Amino acid sequence: MQTLAMHISNGIINGPVAAVFGALALAALAFCVLRARADLDDRLAPMAGLVAAFIFAVQMLNFPIFTAGVSGHLLGGALAALLVGPWVGALCVAVVLVVQALVFGDGGVAMLGLNITNMALLGTAAAYLLIALLLRVLPRTRAGLAVTAFVSALVSVVVASQGFVLQYALGGTTDLGGNLAGLAGTMAVVHLLIGIGEGLITATTVLTVAKVRPDLVYALRSRRAVAPAVAVPVAGGVR
Amino acid sequence: MRTRSWGFVAVGLLAALLLAGVVSNYASSHPDGLDSSLLKGCTVNADDEITGGSCPAQQAREHELADSPLADYGIKGVDSDFLSTGLSGVVGVLLTFAVGGGAFWLLRRRSPVAAGTGPTTGDEPGTDADRPAVDAGRGPTG
Repeated sequence: MQTLAMHISNGIINGPVAAVFGALALAALAFCVLRARADLDDRLAPMAGLVAAFIFAVQMLNFPIFTAGVSGHLLGGALAALLVGPWVGALCVAVVLVVQALVFGDGGVAMLGLNITNMALLGTAAAYLLIALLLRVLPRTRAGLAVTAFVSALVSVVVASQGFVLQYALGGTTDLGGNLAGLAGTMAVVHLLIGIGEGLITATTVLTVAKVRPDLVYALRSRRAVAPAVAVPVAGGVR
Repeated sequence: MRTRSWGFVAVGLLAALLLAGVVSNYASSHPDGLDSSLLKGCTVNADDEITGGSCPAQQAREHELADSPLADYGIKGVDSDFLSTGLSGVVGVLLTFAVGGGAFWLLRRRSPVAAGTGPTTGDEPGTDADRPAVDAGRGPTG
């Protein structure tokens, strides 16, 4: 039976580099835990568990991309950042990767730090930076939210793919004969296509939650916080 | 409000179970973006197994837990591919929810109400107190 591996397998990156990224990922996740505590309350905690479970489910759904014989699947960083915020979101993706590595034999256990760095840390960070920017400049409509979700998801996938290229440059086990740019290009193009799928899934999911329970979308919280601040100058102007 | 949040989580979990338990069987079985990039330089057969050439994927070694009963998103001993994949997905969703939800629940800020500050929850006295003050200030001027 064909193995269904989705993440970096053992042997692809050498041990020392994998260990360094393991330590880096552990330190970064510890920092995320510290920051996440401020966000986690009785309402966000179960929601965060759901987001992790949902990402696990959708990661199983490999979709075909336009290139024949290649599939893609959700990484989930942008979706998590939109729904539960960047700190809790990164932890959600990390939980999924740990369960996949330790229970489902997907992504080497020794490679866990590399996979967490790319998908949970880099992917979520890139997504959240774009989310913060786009929600500020785009109109506060459903279309604005959809564009934010789509673009941040797409870019986060490409960023995560280039994280792997960096790791491969540092500790790849096959000598590419100086053709690292070739790997970078291949990864970027394939993940640009996967990013379109990621963007569509992320936008659809976030719009659905925003329609049913807008109060459960972390990224929309700041909008309500801003609303009273806008109302104050108006009241002053009436005077 | 709190029970409605749990209702939303229950519905979301059901959707995740359907996706991982049923829809997962219709997922593409081709190598994903990472795997296909690492296969560049090699030739593969119809089952995506390497038949020749040279590529990074050839360095891949066995997973530490390749003998896990749930390895490769299947359940060892279940003959039907459909059931094997679907059940492993169901187990994965429940396990991820238990591990993630459990950890987040333990990490969460405990609400100060439990500390015994009294029955005054919800209503913030500040907002109600401010409003009459503003009206009172307006009265004489208006």
